[in-house]
Amino acid sequence: MTTKELGKILTANRLSDGEVVFLTRSAAWSERIDDAVLSIEPQSQAALQEKGELAEAGNLVTGAYLVEAERVNGYVRATHIRERIRTLGPTVRIDLGKQVEGTGGAFAARG
Amino acid sequence: MKLFKDNQISQDTWTEIGDDPLPAVGDLLVSYSRLSAEHATLTQLPVRLGVIFDNAERAEVLKDHLQSLSLIVLAFPSFGDGRAYSLARQLRDLGYTGELRARGDVLPDQLQFMMQVGFDTFEVSDRFTEQDWRRAAEQISLSYQPITGNKQDIWQARHAYAEALREQPHAG
Amino acid sequence: MYRYDEFDQQFVDQRVTQFREQADRRLRGDLTEDEFKPLRLMNGLYLQLHAYMLRVAIPYGTLSSRQLDRLAEISEKYDRNYGHFTTRQNIQYNWIKLEETADLLADLADVEMHAIQTSGNCIRNVTTDHWAGAAADELADPRPVAELIRQWSSLHPEFSFLPRKFKIAVTGAPADRAAVKVHDIGLRMHLSESGERGWEVIAGGGQGRTPMIGVTVREFLPEKELLPYLEAIMRVYNLHGRRDNKYKARIKILVHEIGADTFRDEVEAEYARGSEIDIAVSQRELDRIAAYFAPPQFEELPNWSPRNEEHKATNKEFAKWVRSNVAPHKQDGYAIVNISLKPEGGIPGDATADQMRTVADLGRRFSFDEIRVSHHQNLVLPHVRQEDLFDVWQILSAADLATANVGLASDIIACPGLDYCALATARSIPVAQSLSRRLADVERQQDIGPLRINISGCINACGHHHVGHIGILGLDKKGEEFYQITLGGSSSEDASIGKILGPGFAGEDVPDAIETIINTYVGLRQPDETFLSTLKRIGAQPFKEALYETV
Repeated sequence: MTTKELGKILTANRLSDGEVVFLTRSAAWSERIDDAVLSIEPQSQAALQEKGELAEAGNLVTGAYLVEAERVNGYVRATHIRERIRTLGPTVRIDLGKQVEGTGGAFAARG
Repeated sequence: MKLFKDNQISQDTWTEIGDDPLPAVGDLLVSYSRLSAEHATLTQLPVRLGVIFDNAERAEVLKDHLQSLSLIVLAFPSFGDGRAYSLARQLRDLGYTGELRARGDVLPDQLQFMMQVGFDTFEVSDRFTEQDWRRAAEQISLSYQPITGNKQDIWQARHAYAEALREQPHAG
Repeated sequence: MYRYDEFDQQFVDQRVTQFREQADRRLRGDLTEDEFKPLRLMNGLYLQLHAYMLRVAIPYGTLSSRQLDRLAEISEKYDRNYGHFTTRQNIQYNWIKLEETADLLADLADVEMHAIQTSGNCIRNVTTDHWAGAAADELADPRPVAELIRQWSSLHPEFSFLPRKFKIAVTGAPADRAAVKVHDIGLRMHLSESGERGWEVIAGGGQGRTPMIGVTVREFLPEKELLPYLEAIMRVYNLHGRRDNKYKARIKILVHEIGADTFRDEVEAEYARGSEIDIAVSQRELDRIAAYFAPPQFEELPNWSPRNEEHKATNKEFAKWVRSNVAPHKQDGYAIVNISLKPEGGIPGDATADQMRTVADLGRRFSFDEIRVSHHQNLVLPHVRQEDLFDVWQILSAADLATANVGLASDIIACPGLDYCALATARSIPVAQSLSRRLADVERQQDIGPLRINISGCINACGHHHVGHIGILGLDKKGEEFYQITLGGSSSEDASIGKILGPGFAGEDVPDAIETIINTYVGLRQPDETFLSTLKRIGAQPFKEALYETV
């Protein structure tokens, strides 16, 4: 049976190299969306947003924002195609980006 | 307010008087609307006059005031709002030779551009040191565009250089 | 081509040092992102969907072999072994690190290149005819003036914080291959009766979300007056262009809102006012720059090569390639070789490091050390002996660079779209790929004739869809990509903006739709009629009927 939860994850780009990163449960930044903390409640989403602003002020990451995401069978993925491409890599170069390492819950960027 | 002026940080001697009654002494900085409304009175006072000029105004409206002005302040409401660069050029082209001051969102990274179009003083915050401003003032020593003041631009410099070489035996 | 003297070199070196310090300040936290963003953008560094993206200027699309070799090397050293040639004759790297950018810029400066003003609200890299100096129809090489504009606009103190970006294109030929009517300023060379060179100044054109054809501000401006006149236009724009809404901030909106006549009056008044500072460049400087663009040492050759003819007669693939990709040269015995970066199913404008090296080497051996980048996202070897065409073709074939489709249906212009771009609303590249597979048959394409299909992944129109004979615009409808089709655009001397045909299509339905449009044209054209002239004659209705009523 498929289980599906909707919520939000916090993403940003690492300042030094631009790498797309996700805020984890332990308030660190991970390159893997699989590590992202999925926040379901509006209140915890606001807290997540706040953490992003703090992290930006700390100059570790830049451009932090909340992304709609879902957890399907235990794996987190972005719901919108734009964010899915961002978390995986270009659909036209599957040899590039995070998709190479098989992160992203093994979802294709499209579909 | 602190100023960066003549390559160092100094204190501003001007008094911004807003809508207050006019003092009879000092260096008085008024808005453009007050300047145009009270021009006759203001020019009678034994003071130095300065104006805060709005970016939305046309430079020509200051033309008849330029002789009586010792300071024009132009604003940079944001880093990316570049209207004051063109106003500065126009004011210099109109023959204004007094102090031209930049205020607002001013970063050291913009200092050189501002100097090149004719600004000579800069309102600065405590965020940057005198050293930061000095460094910014000299970072790019070359410019393609003719520069306000007497510095040479690249186009002049390269021909002056070629001229000098021509006077020596040809080296190929 | 132009070579830096010690002043140009020092200028670029100082800029690298300045950027290195700015990046360090940002990494240390001494600059906020809001402050740093305009500074990095002025050096062409964007933050895109996956990483930082660096756009490197290729001034007026001209490269030496050494420079192209360096671009290949940079793609290996700092990126992932490829680069993307853009619709503005630049190259983009997609996987750049902020902490390495200054080193990259220093490597560029070492071969007289930079990324200055490839982004931001300033005067962008000046573009021109990719056949400049070689085209059979040109009056004179426009590149000396393009170089003059490059120098004048570099870190221009007055025009680095404009209301919005500003693009200038220059052409020296009657056939407009530089799209001068859809630029913020377009300059078109004319000769007076006495043979004096002057420029028609066109302003207020542009694409983006509000496409407009530029208006002629001056019919004939003597060359010497060019820079002071450009300054007058820029000053009017800098002071009066809208800053309250970034979508209404381009010069085209100013021209449109105050009207062409008022705009012209403003510019002429500003120009007449003159300036203390004389920007008019001396004839000596113009001559100095022009000397770098003197034609190469061409051999005296007949305009017919028996060897070339023989290969064409015996090798069908070669003959097809010559027909599509080789253009006439002004010098007898020479030809212009256009290298397609649009292989069947490929990513338009992408080239691997190895491919760049192959082309650099061909430039060295066969084209007087010169390569061009076209705004169609192709490369050009401008001066190849007709005698050598077969050898060049063989080497290109081995590098997967000999697709015989230049100017034809599968020579598709496409922006990076949602696969790379943070602004995109839909993907462009997959649509280009599926179309190019569908249209791959070269003989059929040659029968269809010249056809420009342009694809943009959002209304900013980097894929120039407004001026495609067939334009495709990717949009987002409730989280799904869909594509709008326009017909009748052109960026040439007959510049026009394409009109939307009807409701949009899902990505997978686009190839069928384009196929239907092409078949409608082929069925209704008269002998020797191009797609655009057929459309002009019969209007859009037959295409609409074919597309929407028979499905």
